[in-house]
Amino acid sequence: MEPRTSAEVGGMGHSLKRKEDPRFIRGKGTYVDDVQLPGMLYLDIVRSPHAHAKIVKIDSSKALAVPGVLAVITGQDLAKYNLHWMPTLMSDTQMVLPVEKVMYQAQEVAAVLATSRYAAADGAAVVEVEYDPLPVVVDPHKALEPGAPVLRTDKKDKKDNHIWHWEWGDRAATDRAIAEADVTVKQDIYIPRIHVASIETCGCIAHFDKVNDKLTVWMTTQAPHAIRTVFALVAGHVGLAEHKIRIISPDIGGGFGGKVPVYPGYVIAVAASVLTGKPVKWIEDRMENLQADSFARDYHITAELAAKKDGTLTALRIKTLADHGYADAAANPSKFPAGLFHVCTGSYDLKAAHVEVDGAYTNKPPGGIAYRCSFRVTEAVHTIERMADLMAHQLAMDPAEFRMKNFVKPEQFPYKSALGWEYDSGNYHGALQKAMDTIGYAELRREQVDKRRRGELMGIGISSFTEIVGAGPSKHFDILGLKMFDSCEMRIHPTGKAIARFGTKSQGQGHETTYAQILAEELGIPAKDIQVEEGDTDTAPYGLGTYASRSTPVAGAAAAMAARKIRDKARKIAAHLLEVAEEDLEWEPGKFSVKGAPGKSKTIQDIAFAAYTNHPQGMEAGLEAVSYYDPPNLTYPFGSYICVVDLDSGTGEVKVRRFVAIDDCGNIINPMIVQGQVHGGLTMGLAPALYEEISYDESGNVQGGSFIDYLLPTAVETPKWETGHTVTPSPHHPLGAKGVGESATVGAPAAIANAVVDAMWHLGVRHVDIPITPAKVWKLLREHGVTE
Amino acid sequence: MIPAAFDYHAPTSLAEATALLARLGEDAKVLSGGQSLIPLMKLRLASPPHVVDINGIPGLAGIREADGFLRIGALTRESDLEESELVRTRYPLLHETTKVIADPLVRNLATVGGNLAHGDPANDHPATMLALGAEVVAAGPRGERRIPIASFFTGPFATALEPGEILTEVRVPVPAARSGGAYVKMERKVGDFATAAVAVQLTLAAAGTCEQVGIGLTNVGLTPIKATQAEAALRGKRPDEAAIAQAAKLAAEAAQPSEDLRGSVEYKRDLVRVLTVRALRRAVQRAGGAR
Amino acid sequence: MRIQLSVNGEKHEADVEPRLLLVHLIREVLRLTGTHIGCDTTHCGACTILMDGRPVKSCTVFAVQANGRQLTTVEGLEQDGTLHPLQASFMSEHGLQCGYCTPGMLMTGVAFLQKNPRPSEDEIRAAISGNLCRCTGYVNIVKAVQHAAAVLQGGA
Repeated sequence: MEPRTSAEVGGMGHSLKRKEDPRFIRGKGTYVDDVQLPGMLYLDIVRSPHAHAKIVKIDSSKALAVPGVLAVITGQDLAKYNLHWMPTLMSDTQMVLPVEKVMYQAQEVAAVLATSRYAAADGAAVVEVEYDPLPVVVDPHKALEPGAPVLRTDKKDKKDNHIWHWEWGDRAATDRAIAEADVTVKQDIYIPRIHVASIETCGCIAHFDKVNDKLTVWMTTQAPHAIRTVFALVAGHVGLAEHKIRIISPDIGGGFGGKVPVYPGYVIAVAASVLTGKPVKWIEDRMENLQADSFARDYHITAELAAKKDGTLTALRIKTLADHGYADAAANPSKFPAGLFHVCTGSYDLKAAHVEVDGAYTNKPPGGIAYRCSFRVTEAVHTIERMADLMAHQLAMDPAEFRMKNFVKPEQFPYKSALGWEYDSGNYHGALQKAMDTIGYAELRREQVDKRRRGELMGIGISSFTEIVGAGPSKHFDILGLKMFDSCEMRIHPTGKAIARFGTKSQGQGHETTYAQILAEELGIPAKDIQVEEGDTDTAPYGLGTYASRSTPVAGAAAAMAARKIRDKARKIAAHLLEVAEEDLEWEPGKFSVKGAPGKSKTIQDIAFAAYTNHPQGMEAGLEAVSYYDPPNLTYPFGSYICVVDLDSGTGEVKVRRFVAIDDCGNIINPMIVQGQVHGGLTMGLAPALYEEISYDESGNVQGGSFIDYLLPTAVETPKWETGHTVTPSPHHPLGAKGVGESATVGAPAAIANAVVDAMWHLGVRHVDIPITPAKVWKLLREHGVTE
Repeated sequence: MIPAAFDYHAPTSLAEATALLARLGEDAKVLSGGQSLIPLMKLRLASPPHVVDINGIPGLAGIREADGFLRIGALTRESDLEESELVRTRYPLLHETTKVIADPLVRNLATVGGNLAHGDPANDHPATMLALGAEVVAAGPRGERRIPIASFFTGPFATALEPGEILTEVRVPVPAARSGGAYVKMERKVGDFATAAVAVQLTLAAAGTCEQVGIGLTNVGLTPIKATQAEAALRGKRPDEAAIAQAAKLAAEAAQPSEDLRGSVEYKRDLVRVLTVRALRRAVQRAGGAR
Repeated sequence: MRIQLSVNGEKHEADVEPRLLLVHLIREVLRLTGTHIGCDTTHCGACTILMDGRPVKSCTVFAVQANGRQLTTVEGLEQDGTLHPLQASFMSEHGLQCGYCTPGMLMTGVAFLQKNPRPSEDEIRAAISGNLCRCTGYVNIVKAVQHAAAVLQGGA
């Protein structure tokens, strides 16, 4: 698609270099830990070694004797202000600091306030806590067995560890379809707990100004306005009113969902600042980040897929047990405790489906959907794509051909899935065909036959996913009651330059550039002349923040709508300046011209100047607009990925030889940035597929709680991603754009898992759970008679 | 993330350093590259009251061949070892080992001496030095002594160094003609310790049989392991596929791995077998014995 | 302990505890916050600086060890208003997104290109294997290094 605007204007389709880069390449970004305020104090947190234990005694005397230590804050201190518990984003509750007992290893137990980072650490090292261990519940299945120790003894009427039951779809029709099916495949799939591990950890500086009675919090947050409102609601009783709270989300070193929840450290820092009147900085270290902050996945899934013997899919039935840790602190829209898991019919025209999920409490950190997955969409896609591959192999059908046969057809869009989602647009056949052509699919299958004869293990895996993003329409979507619209406020200055502020918050996605490009597209003002700001709740319009790939679909749309309001007013001013009627004017990016007299025109810059110097009588001066956009629907980016692996039968290592990713995110704002999002997303799909896992032993001790064992891929492990795209615009989005930030993280793991299983199918292997470690592959090979 | 406080000493001579260490005893730790010590101190798994920084002592770094040995100063940085043309061409086992220690940034500070003196069975040089039949030179208050590498590793994080002694040099015998070596390391990702690794150094006689064989195993026991039975099985034999397979089997039996997140005991043992085959094949080829 | 060191060509003196980590000296005493902290086990490389020309992880060095040494941080790459070719390449090739790992990548890259002016892709990937990135998937970081190599050789 050729850009409509010139390179100088830099509207949609241009690979504009990023406006945020000049400060980052010079090391002049401002991340939370870069900020130093006069008189600033430091907070360090004492954490529990036990997964479940009563707190018998906290002895702070040694800590208080450390030079520089000012105070040791405990749950008892916060309880005086009723701040020891707080609500979660799913309306559960979690502890800020415990009074009675701890419920996961690494839980916050006390906080040391000191004049320096080093003194705070010294203090934290000598706080003495006496615990009385309690029985630990780590397995969510066991958590739901009768007689299991009840974890949430704080909930008066709770007699078990069951959080909620949720189901969706037509159970009777699905059961019938499965019972009558020619072929069914059934598989248990465990998707383990993982952690986003953005390179910057979480932290804040809380600064309560006693004179002005105002709290300012510099915070690593993806959703500053929501945080402000939550703080006002939770701490209103101690005098914090919303107009006296300012949240500043500065430069953020990666979010991926991990910087959406409210962590206890933030609340303790705020409390400490309110009490002392001094700025209080809390920055967690990496082990705290991995061991205590919100996780993602941890779904125990049993899936069944049914088909006719000619390969036509007929029904899908899924039962899932969701391990939420000790509190449901997932950041799901409130009506959907399992997020958008029911997009699990995927890209296929499945007529009957039913899905049910049960949430369980265990002695683990609370959560959790924080890992670049929209809301549980990675889990949904992994399930349907594994099952589709399983079915194809079972029927001895080529997996690509099988998918083509079952894809929703282009003429079926907008498509209503069996589970009620209205997919806006799609061209699944086109994306898969392009992926196959790019990678040379037929040739690879021939090579595989050859290699198999020689005992070499080569696999080809496909993932043809449909994503669901852009939460969301107010009819169904809210977080803690806050509707999920988003906003853009734009003001054009007399000299034709502009400022635009948004309710979202970039953590590396390039909003300062892409939003400017949208506005440039709509108004013809060069993108370089538009300053984009986000993240300061004192100035930015209200929004629900950036996660779940929602910025382009929602705030991007708001930008277009705000720009169109401005253009409407600009037309009136132009008509006034040119002394014609509005209908006599035509618009091209950057100017209004009189129809039939192109020499008679006014640029948007002329109009901006006039808005302040020569506006029509009876009209307000100025040239600005705000839009709060309530999307009519979600958007459905999609893609097809094909992965080729070679297995080392001696060591079990999986080598990704090639990976082709064809993505479709509708109309593209900045191709360079979109491609970068795909590269990063693929790498965050590779990581859980082969490397990452946070697990617990029976005593609740975390395994994988540091970068020693929580394995982030380096440039050596990461394949040379090959990317491409198709363009299928969204019919309901003002720009036809869909959002892309998470697609690759959603689609990639299944392509890799399918490739590995494909490599070993002829040996009798049917499934491997991720992460597919060399040890796992080795075990399967040896069990199936393969050795080197 | 923040170490406990300590007293810092930066001696400028070996005599000063060894006297200091002898005086401070258990209360002191030697700081060379710091890439093992400082991470431990940041997690407060080690909180020595005294740290003795030996980086200011002259004459402890350098790589040269002299008197029948490759002599590597203990303060030689791994990256310097990696870039040494001499080592790359004449000691491929050593070159392959240093290349896979941690990551390139850590290698700019990590020292060969530190990698050995730390006594961690997960470190890479120990198995390699066992395979090479090296010896270390220790300097202490009572003078200098040479310790054969086979006696150097006494237990997990324990070496034959006595209080007050500093490792000053590693000496690798210059290999005879028709020698070859290889290091094969299986790691989950760059920067990880070995799931298992095997070091092989061998010399072929004119008749093509193994005259000398050294096989060292990394991270499959409480100390680095010299697979003596595997070595004996190859000595005097032609290193054909059957002999290699047999030696690999014995090397696997010599391993005493523990189960951890990297894998089960069975897996690691079989890995030793597989890696020993690969290391032997490559070493034989380098010795000029390719079939 | 009193230490003296040169940072980006400027001499500094400081009185520090022996245990002060070099990264904290740089960030909190010298107020050069371009060098970042991303982990506690010497893995991520966000803290990479040049010490006497070699890229090292400044979180795993005591400030006292830098006594008498020359350090270069990311703030020292731009000279007289001119970006280092690698910095410019990171921007032109989209080698950064959130920017947090970027200073570390730049310092490693600058030193690497000095030693290896004509690197292969695999050599580049090995050279940056001590620097973790979560945003870019490394593809464009590699491109940026390749682009800068060409510029430095007088090509592109």
